[in-house]
Amino acid sequence: MTTKLLTALLLGTSILGSAGVANAADVTLNIESWRGDDLAIWKDKLIPAFEAKNPGIKVVFAPSAPTEYDAALGAKLAAGSAGDLITCRPFDKSLELFKKGNLADLSALPGMENFSPVAKSAWQTDDGKASFCVPMASVIHGFIYNKDAFDKLGIKVPQTRDEFFAALDKIKADGTYIPMAMGTKDLWEAATMGYQNIGPNYWKGEDGRAALIKGDQKLTDKDWVAPYEELAKWKPYLGDGFEAQTYPDSQNLFTLGRAAIYPAGSWEIGLFNTQAQFKMGAFPPPVEKAGDTCYISDHTDIGMGLNAASKNADAAKTFLSWVASPDFATIYANALPGFFSLNSAPVKMADPLAQEFVSWRGKCKSTIRSTYQILSRGTPNLENETWVESANVINGTDTPEAAAKKLQTGLDSWYKPAK
Amino acid sequence: MAAEIRPKRPFRWHIGVFLAPAVLVYTAIMILPLAGTLQLSLFRNIEQHQVFVGLENFRTLFGDPNWSVNFWNALRNNTWFFIIHMLVQNPIGVMLAALLSSPRLRFSAFYRTAIFVPTILSFVIVGFAWKLILSPLWGVAPHLLDLVGLKSLFTPWLGKEEYALTALSLISVWQFVGIPMMLIYAALLSIPEEVIEAAECDGITGMSQFWKIKLPLILPSIGIISILTFVGNFNAFDLIYTAQGALAGPNYSTDILGTFLYRAFFGFQLQVGDPNMGAAIATMMFVIILGGVCVYLFLVQTRLRRYQF
Repeated sequence: MTTKLLTALLLGTSILGSAGVANAADVTLNIESWRGDDLAIWKDKLIPAFEAKNPGIKVVFAPSAPTEYDAALGAKLAAGSAGDLITCRPFDKSLELFKKGNLADLSALPGMENFSPVAKSAWQTDDGKASFCVPMASVIHGFIYNKDAFDKLGIKVPQTRDEFFAALDKIKADGTYIPMAMGTKDLWEAATMGYQNIGPNYWKGEDGRAALIKGDQKLTDKDWVAPYEELAKWKPYLGDGFEAQTYPDSQNLFTLGRAAIYPAGSWEIGLFNTQAQFKMGAFPPPVEKAGDTCYISDHTDIGMGLNAASKNADAAKTFLSWVASPDFATIYANALPGFFSLNSAPVKMADPLAQEFVSWRGKCKSTIRSTYQILSRGTPNLENETWVESANVINGTDTPEAAAKKLQTGLDSWYKPAK
Repeated sequence: MAAEIRPKRPFRWHIGVFLAPAVLVYTAIMILPLAGTLQLSLFRNIEQHQVFVGLENFRTLFGDPNWSVNFWNALRNNTWFFIIHMLVQNPIGVMLAALLSSPRLRFSAFYRTAIFVPTILSFVIVGFAWKLILSPLWGVAPHLLDLVGLKSLFTPWLGKEEYALTALSLISVWQFVGIPMMLIYAALLSIPEEVIEAAECDGITGMSQFWKIKLPLILPSIGIISILTFVGNFNAFDLIYTAQGALAGPNYSTDILGTFLYRAFFGFQLQVGDPNMGAAIATMMFVIILGGVCVYLFLVQTRLRRYQF
């Protein structure tokens, strides 16, 4: 790690140094990030594309390890040595930085109009008045299926819940494939790929989420219990011993071709493309009746903000406006299939599976995971409890009603909605 | 040089010098952090400032059902974890030691090593290996049971609320059974031949020799092992964390004090860490362990009879 850091520093200074020689007026922007995996994409694709259009501004991408990022960034911000541009975690972590005055208000930044309110919600104050990060990417939930298996069994892609369960019954009756690859051992699969995946269709996406935060709806309401009732019905379609099946087990089960349907997040696309030997397709969470409005979880994951103490604020804003542009979105989304640009402008992607996922944005309404904004600030933590209860419901150790009641009681104990 | 006669005895510097390294190191890495934890548990972070709140954190821990339910659950699970170790690990350890010390056993050095090896493995390896062994998908456990026609006995143990903690306890027993075995083995070897011979002259042989002669002589060692097990179990964390994750699923059924402390102190996923509440839990763990050790020292150890040879 130290050597890496040292190399990065040396590299940084050498670039700085040579830039100084080449053109005294050049401005160098440093990007703080935890996405070390993306280093090559930034260096080879994104930064050259930006620098070609904006001579005079140099950009250096300087990532640190994900587990160290928050602490290191905090220390650097306090010492005044942080980079000009800061990669933002969603929700409370970035909000805290903004409240401390470390992130600049970007509400008026040219390019922000390219994003929908849902996309911006992860980096806004609770009242939605100030935005402080440009949304970069999100992940979408849905179901990935084994196309070969569907063809062999003559199953059409399900649109409605009845069709969905009919398809599962058919796969189960045939017996060649495990109908659905999901386990409850790691808990979060049940919550993230289960509850948050199918839930938005029941609680009507943003409407329900906003009502929950306002206190107009409760987790014990019909719309919030119903997804648990559906989850409880999944149990017979999961593989043998799903209670001890871990997340990597589920991934392997599907990519080895032993399971037909995988409740997924779009971040799987990159891995599945390299591992699966069969054709894959994807469908959004089925709705109740054909023609119903569909809702998808299009969860904001990563953004970029401006260090309030940056000396190169103007150049940094130019860069952020470019990050908000469709140009950036196209390069980024194609380099990382499964991490979708949040830009309202349609982005052309080469990967067919990624295209399928992103096409749902056109016909369905987007929302984010219900537990992430505001509601997971207290004890007990709603997100963690949702993991536990979702797994309980699928395991059959808790009824949907009991699970919902536990969650609401926990939430009530610390959360008082602003009336 | 003229001899100087001092009436006073010179200060014995060497005592201090010899004690210093141990005292300094122990203070720096044990006593100071412990004091720091106790201090931290009496404060609370209010608007970015550490404010002294007395025993308020403990009142939350025991009074607020959001904390107390988890705490009692963790303590109960931890006690079960300990009971399994006492009932399974230590008797098996004693039995293995008795077998190993039998002069008629061949390859005893091999067995001794083989049984001790898991103890020196990392928790991460043990947790991961057992997760794979017990995996319903690729594990050898369902397959082996199938070979003997007992497939119906297999359940995904680590994923069932009612079995997960017991399964993990037994994994831990498997890993650590070498320690009581070694200690008892050493104690058995130190029993003088004369005592055994005298017993044989009196006609005490075989099993009754073990029960009447050897066992009373190794009781102090068993006491030490019990207390080591107690301290180790109530400090346990690694195995549960590697096998079940920080949320100690399913439904907190494998949550022990160590994992509960971890979640409170460092936070988990969207849960933000609260070092003050974490310190309060750590203090309670310290109190529990201290209490247990005191009970042992004052009530049990003083009554154990020791034999001098």
